[in-house]
Amino acid sequence: MTLAPPLPASGAAAVRRPRRLRAVWLLGGLLVLVGLMALSVAVGSRDVGLDDILAALGGSSDTLDRAAVTKRIPRTFLAVLVGAALGLAGAVMQGVTRNPLADPGILGVNMGASLAVITGIAWFGLTAPASFVWAAIAGAALSAVFVYAVGSLGRGGATPLKLALAGTATSAAFASFITAVVLPRNDIAGGVRSWQIGGVGGASMDTITLVLPFLAVGLLVCLASARGLNSLALGDDVAAGLGERVALTRGAAAVGAVLLCGAATAVAGPIGFVGLVVPHLCRLLVGVDHRWLLPFSAVTGAALLTAADVLGRVVARPSEIDVGIITALVGAPFFIHVVRRQKVRAL
Amino acid sequence: MTASLTSSPASSTLERVARGRSRRAARRRGVVVVLVLLVVGVLALSLMVGRTFYPPGDVLRVIGGQDVPGASFTVGRLRLPRAVLALLAGLCFGLAGVTFQTMLRNPLASPDIIGISAGSSAAAAVAIVTFGLSGTAVSFLAIVVGLGVALLIYVLSFRDGVAGTRLILIGIGIAAMLESVIAYVLSTAAAWDLQEATRWLTGSLNSASWDDVLPTLLALVVLGRLLLTRAGDLDMLQLGDDAASALGVRVEQTRVLVIVAAVGLVAFATAATGPIAFVAFLAGPIAARIVGPGASLLVPSALVGALLVLVADLAGQLAFDHRYPVGVVTGVLGAPYLVYLIVRTNRAGGSL
Repeated sequence: MTLAPPLPASGAAAVRRPRRLRAVWLLGGLLVLVGLMALSVAVGSRDVGLDDILAALGGSSDTLDRAAVTKRIPRTFLAVLVGAALGLAGAVMQGVTRNPLADPGILGVNMGASLAVITGIAWFGLTAPASFVWAAIAGAALSAVFVYAVGSLGRGGATPLKLALAGTATSAAFASFITAVVLPRNDIAGGVRSWQIGGVGGASMDTITLVLPFLAVGLLVCLASARGLNSLALGDDVAAGLGERVALTRGAAAVGAVLLCGAATAVAGPIGFVGLVVPHLCRLLVGVDHRWLLPFSAVTGAALLTAADVLGRVVARPSEIDVGIITALVGAPFFIHVVRRQKVRAL
Repeated sequence: MTASLTSSPASSTLERVARGRSRRAARRRGVVVVLVLLVVGVLALSLMVGRTFYPPGDVLRVIGGQDVPGASFTVGRLRLPRAVLALLAGLCFGLAGVTFQTMLRNPLASPDIIGISAGSSAAAAVAIVTFGLSGTAVSFLAIVVGLGVALLIYVLSFRDGVAGTRLILIGIGIAAMLESVIAYVLSTAAAWDLQEATRWLTGSLNSASWDDVLPTLLALVVLGRLLLTRAGDLDMLQLGDDAASALGVRVEQTRVLVIVAAVGLVAFATAATGPIAFVAFLAGPIAARIVGPGASLLVPSALVGALLVLVADLAGQLAFDHRYPVGVVTGVLGAPYLVYLIVRTNRAGGSL
């Protein structure tokens, strides 16, 4: 350590944030999230008075207004859960692959989960919601392994460009397969639409309790791997030198991320770009330490998806825009921004 | 061996180069002839085969304008516009795709991957579904937005020169945005109509009529001819801008003309059929495989594009229990080829 050259002060300041500042940001993020949740319950395609909202929160669903609010409650919870899962999964994926373009949507993991659910419904007659979750997780795992294998072929290993290309190509392939599987089946076409475009509109407390254990396990695994991801950020050789078991750390973190993506896609369909945008924003605010970055990404992801869902309900009154469409519209320009900022050699 | 080399090294090199040139030219001619025959064959087949089979004599008489009971409607009204539109759209996509791939020197830089087709498709979908437009207005809007998207991608990826990889990634981002626009437009339509959705997301010939054929034909004749007259310049652009301008090519003028023509082809074809998935991307590499190096790929890949669309449509109609739109067939075939292309390039270690 003493041999290391002194870091330029500005560089060190950019990497390290004072603990208090980070805590303030995290607290602020939580407050924003709570505010957005309240907004998500209060605002929708139907205007509802404050007393009706309070009555509905108290458990009453007598009038139409109150019933509408009661419908919004599970939807809000689902947006929070799915957003947190995707934000966290994105941060972990960017850490595991050391790739600023990693995202469950861009790497084709969400689309793989969707394809697995739809194939299961169309060909194997899956009907139980629990089996959707398992199918989605299996699909997410398979496509993650496949994309990583394709992207890391050849010299230089898994560079950001190769991974992003492999992911988008695989995504495109999966999307074609999904269309081919769904088209002949008019009987299921309406039912599987939610796995073609991501959205949280079809939420119910049952589906939430169904995926909650999977999300909880994924969350714990991801948060536990934060310290390991910090070592991996230094490069595989240095991480191994510091005593990190590189393959094990990477595998465990990837399993956590896949669990989160699979479970989130099983209930909300493929939602892209949340996992891309959130970690980049969070890195600006709390720095690159994964022990802070991961929880903050989860909170910010939840806030972002809740906000996108509210926006989708407000903009297109009296109908609504699926949250997957909103995140793509907001997230794709950010993707372009990240691509533009990178040096050509790094891509 | 050494004796002959030392006696006349210059003439033997010259002979070898000349022999190679004529051999490659002969191969290209042969490939083009075979492709034309195949296209005509499949076109004829798609006119004859269907739920009812009509012998070639009947088909010829219908095309000749005679009234044949049954066949006049089925062949003349249903199959003929569909097959002709398939042919034209395939030619357009193949030509435009290989133009982009040649100009940007990258097989991934085809209009359907970098979002230009998606732009035209989004414009056409908005024009038709939201504003209820039809005909020329739709094609016009499609071409304007297609050009706008091409310009946007070019500007966004410009930073000390355009790096191919950056252009492709930015194009992929733009495509993702535009596809979500399409999805939104379709979800605002009265019902989630799967047929209409597949048309604008993956391309379909199910609603083909003579009204679609005419603008596409016009675009192909005008813009396609323009591209073919620039084929030599385009080949020289592959050597790099400096070398090309040293060889007498007006680089910027050629590039602008070629981009406008290629985007126009994509836009007109997309307004008629939707962005038939991966045809523009596939036609060039396949043609390059068949023709071999050192020859202009424009005509062969246009023919390959036409062949792909015709065969895929025929297969989608007849090969399975359910009728698939053409874009789904090309998508299921094309996407794995895209993955394969990436695997192969990664293995070889080259930059894409």
